Amino acid sequence: MLHIYNGALNVPEILKEWYEEEHESNYGAYIPFVGTVRSENGIDGLSFDIYEPILESWFEAWQQKAKAKGAIIKMAHARGDVMLHESSYISAVFSPKRRVALEFIDEFVEDFKASAPIWKYDLINGERIYAKDRSTAIQGSGILGEKQ
Amino acid sequence: MVRVEFLGPIQKDALELEIENLNELATILQEDKELSEWLQNSAVAVNDTIVSSLDVALKDGDKISLLPPVCGG
Repeated sequence: MLHIYNGALNVPEILKEWYEEEHESNYGAYIPFVGTVRSENGIDGLSFDIYEPILESWFEAWQQKAKAKGAIIKMAHARGDVMLHESSYISAVFSPKRRVALEFIDEFVEDFKASAPIWKYDLINGERIYAKDRSTAIQGSGILGEKQ
Repeated sequence: MVRVEFLGPIQKDALELEIENLNELATILQEDKELSEWLQNSAVAVNDTIVSSLDVALKDGDKISLLPPVCGG
């Protein structure tokens, strides 16, 4: 289950909703990860662009990996502006056993950072500046720059 | 005719081109000096599937997307 919200995420509401959806599904572990915008480098907040068609197929591939372990994943992400101390990202793994969920959330979030088609911008003094130095090229990047 | 879209921070309008493969696209885009850094660090998707080689034939109506470095969360 993948949700894109315009602006900051309502953390208590989303965590509660996910809990209520699955608390009778016989999962022994519910491990959420909540990403919050921190004050650093003088930013007022962050802003995000998302390319949904590829995000959806990327997420579905991970959902199938989770399913193979008897687990499920849920994810919510903000589009547009998210100010300091608000949340831009939540993901969670539900699984029969805690060890699977703990390992899976780690792998999932790492690949999310490296592969999910989402672009981050710093909001500073009314400007929206691409966070180039904190961004990662997707695997296989650069083929159009090869000499012909 | 194929459509080429530049995603995220690449500030460029979409192009409509008469090309038959990604090698032709590379040749055309390499002439645009403002794109040179993006070509080095962007991934390429054809019809929303990321490809790992330029050896891809294109057909009328295909959509090509350039995906620059990402940072979700």
